[in-house]
Amino acid sequence: MTTVAPTGVAAPGAEWRGFAGERWRAHVDARDFIQANYTPYEGDAAFLAGPTHRTRAVWEKVSGLFPEERRKGVLDVDTATPSTITSHASGYIDRDLELVVGLQTDAPLKRAIMPNGGLRMVENSLRAYGYRPDPFVTRVFGNYRKTHNDGVFDAYTPAMRAARKAGIITGLPDAYGRGRIIGDYRRVALYGTDRLIAAKRAEHALLDARPSAEDVIRDREELAEQARALEELTRMAASYGCDITRPAATAHEAVQWLYLGYLAAVKEQNGAAMSLGRTSTFLDVYLQRDLDEGTLDESRAQELIDDFVIKLRIVRFLRTPEYDALFSGDPTWVTESIGGIGADDRPLVTRTSFRFLQTLYNLGPAPEPNLTVLWSPRLPSGFKEFCARVSIDTSAVQYESDELMRPLTGDDTAIACCVSAMAVGRQMQFFGARVNLAKALLYAINGGRDEMTGEQVAPEAPALSGEYLEYEELSAAYDRMLDWLAQTYVDALNVIHYMHDKYAYERVEMALHDHPVHRFMACGIAGLSVAADSLSAVKYARVRVVRDGAGLAVDYETEGEYPAFGNNDDRVDALAVGLVESFMAKVRKHPSYRNAEHTQSVLTITSNVVYGKHTGNTPDGRRAGQPFAPGANPMNGRDRHGVAASALSVAKIPYEQARDGISLTTSITPEGLGHRPEERSGNLVGLLDAYMSSGGFHMNVNVLERATLEDAMDHPENYPDLTIRVSGYAVNFVRLTREQQLDVISRTFHGAL
Amino acid sequence: MNTTTGQLTGRVHSWDLSTGVDGPGTRFVLFVSGCPLRCLYCANPDTWHMRDGRPVAVDEVMAEIDKYRPFVTTAGGGVTLTGGEPLLQPAFTGSVLRRCKEAGLHTALDTSGFLGARADDALLADTDLVLLDIKSFDVATYRKLTGGELAPTLRFATRLDRLGIPVWIRYVLVPGWTDDAVAVDGLGAFLAGLHHIDRVDVLPFHKLGTHKYDALGIPFPLRDTPGPGPELTARVRAQFRAHGLRAF
Repeated sequence: MTTVAPTGVAAPGAEWRGFAGERWRAHVDARDFIQANYTPYEGDAAFLAGPTHRTRAVWEKVSGLFPEERRKGVLDVDTATPSTITSHASGYIDRDLELVVGLQTDAPLKRAIMPNGGLRMVENSLRAYGYRPDPFVTRVFGNYRKTHNDGVFDAYTPAMRAARKAGIITGLPDAYGRGRIIGDYRRVALYGTDRLIAAKRAEHALLDARPSAEDVIRDREELAEQARALEELTRMAASYGCDITRPAATAHEAVQWLYLGYLAAVKEQNGAAMSLGRTSTFLDVYLQRDLDEGTLDESRAQELIDDFVIKLRIVRFLRTPEYDALFSGDPTWVTESIGGIGADDRPLVTRTSFRFLQTLYNLGPAPEPNLTVLWSPRLPSGFKEFCARVSIDTSAVQYESDELMRPLTGDDTAIACCVSAMAVGRQMQFFGARVNLAKALLYAINGGRDEMTGEQVAPEAPALSGEYLEYEELSAAYDRMLDWLAQTYVDALNVIHYMHDKYAYERVEMALHDHPVHRFMACGIAGLSVAADSLSAVKYARVRVVRDGAGLAVDYETEGEYPAFGNNDDRVDALAVGLVESFMAKVRKHPSYRNAEHTQSVLTITSNVVYGKHTGNTPDGRRAGQPFAPGANPMNGRDRHGVAASALSVAKIPYEQARDGISLTTSITPEGLGHRPEERSGNLVGLLDAYMSSGGFHMNVNVLERATLEDAMDHPENYPDLTIRVSGYAVNFVRLTREQQLDVISRTFHGAL
Repeated sequence: MNTTTGQLTGRVHSWDLSTGVDGPGTRFVLFVSGCPLRCLYCANPDTWHMRDGRPVAVDEVMAEIDKYRPFVTTAGGGVTLTGGEPLLQPAFTGSVLRRCKEAGLHTALDTSGFLGARADDALLADTDLVLLDIKSFDVATYRKLTGGELAPTLRFATRLDRLGIPVWIRYVLVPGWTDDAVAVDGLGAFLAGLHHIDRVDVLPFHKLGTHKYDALGIPFPLRDTPGPGPELTARVRAQFRAHGLRAF
């Protein structure tokens, strides 16, 4: 077996043999290529192939390193070489066996440093794992080369710093890579880099006639950097023996070229989420052509996808233990979006959509890549059934509504990170983390003082002084507090993204976008159900305030019952919807950097635990320090009428006012989907159809017994592959912190008696 | 629409949404209060007394159900009335079933059949599926296990068959109580003589309701009875299958 991709190199121009369509030949347009050439597949999973000996051997070799990596935190680090596309010599898992080649450094799981984001983050990470920062790197990035992190803190205002420190605005990408930008890596396979570089130079030349205003100068410089990054990508590929200047001629080359494009991105950027895009149906065109030409069989087709996925599973970044604790393990959010329906109503499901999901059987369950099905009730039933079966068996799949996204971002939408939709290669976002809505409510009560420290964080306002909270008075104060929060928040994001563009620009990812690109300013909110339930408690029950000696409201006594979010009860669900709509409107009032379109998410990833830790007692009865519900979830245990009622509350949140996604994580026991295993996948399909038909946006599906998780806490060694979905992605359960594990176990499990 | 039945009030314990366990698909499940039997293994002792239920008008129930109509329909489900014993309140139950049918919903009635005689033909005409719990096929065991008689249930099963209403049999398997091979075989033979038995669900006894007994301060008679092992469950299923029944 050979290592290097080129097999049967075709005559020049023959790479596109057999392909139909016109537009994509004249313009860089992968979507048009897919539409003109793909073969929808409406059958079932019976055609799929299992893992070959070769696949097993490669996977066993690299996964054999995982226990040591888990034990040490990182397996190895190159401390001396700041990573660029071409910084490291080629590396292999097993040169003789690998079909798809390319590693971030010269050895598998060996991490690189990326100080452009921030030197301190790199140094802290190294020290945490017992490595010494390299003096030369420290000298260069301490004296000669400014970082993104340095830039941000030069321009932060005292108000931004205070809000950040108090944790009312958190998770800001001011010391690490912002991520959530998806290069259209398909372009590398379809066109080769010569053509892509020429296209970038043509875009650059179009700016020649424009006066050199600040924005034009910046665009010119960025386009020049993009072309340069593509040249570096070409050199990096050549170091693996791949001539990617020309288009891919075979399926093997298409997978390899596409992966090399992605590899360049993860060598250049330590972004929070480094998502892959929507590649399966694109690759299917090549796999199908080779199958038709008789140069490939199903087993080999699956091998190529399996090998590709092995590579995606071992993407690694050097991050601090605190960062990993916040995000549960070591996530990279290599999100791949699968399925969906085309604008012409043909399903975008192909055999390769199945092949990607099949990797969860061939290689076992794993959190990465973050396999995301773009769901529509109109998807072919064989595919829906297979997705549900994979979910039930692995808990490693998430679902997002194709019907909600397609009208807004089109039928070539992919998800970045967890729930952020964007048209591949045409749109990008400025990731903005999130604000803590529950804490903001407490600030409203306390006149802008922090309920934990007593410090004045928001501008001073009259604190609410009554013995009982009055709904009208509270909502007016809350509204004013949210005005301040939205302004401070958008302002801080503008600073961050200005500096990120300046000091840590995503050259190769942006080289795989059109120019000009459409930008989103992706804001976010956390603690929605806590805030809505608190308002509901004040409105429908009586909430008495307990104040400390300094007059600070520190606790609440609720008298009577109130309707809680998660029971499909309009009285409280309307409060949650109102909060989402009102905060979105407030965010939109503030001008954004590079005129990005404002959006927001209702998503916490796993930081719901940390937000909870930093938020005092709340009027809904939640105790200080207790975790928030993740994403848009109802508070644990307050959704009392089953998964459908819980989901319908969340489905009321309008996607138009939360276009960066609304995350719902459900845990269902196997019995909760039916007594008979054979009936469960059909029932899960029914639930997903019904949720998405009701306007639901996203659902993480965990099918697990609570007892399994409890046992995994006590005996982690028995559960190395136990994967669970949290807010928008999947994690290895045994890699969560103990607090996070307890949080997951305390969540509502929808079961059956 | 009949406003008189809309204002009719029943005693209701609670409602819930469930998937795959109370009939096909995802269903709105209404737990009606009150039951004439006292099954030793009962998982819902909090539904025994009608007086403990909340008085709820049919209109109110329908308003709640209406919020889930598109959802449960898309999810291949419908509405299930259970309890307690829904036929303890036949007018209320019949009225809810009628209104569900008018709304185009699939309806299921989960009953022991002990009060089957109270279900008139109109009520049954509005019932798409009966989940019939046959607790035992041995008269003496049935009496000891439930405090009631077996005969009414068997009469009801025969009547349902005559009316052509599909039935799912639910058979809770309790070691030492309902695992007697002869009794199981007798039930299998009886069911094999009927024409509309879609399936027989053998449900392993569980003790998830124990905390309810504790909360209510009443003894749980089977607290120390173990659940059936997989082998016993398989044997009983095989016994039903030997009679040509679809047993799960």
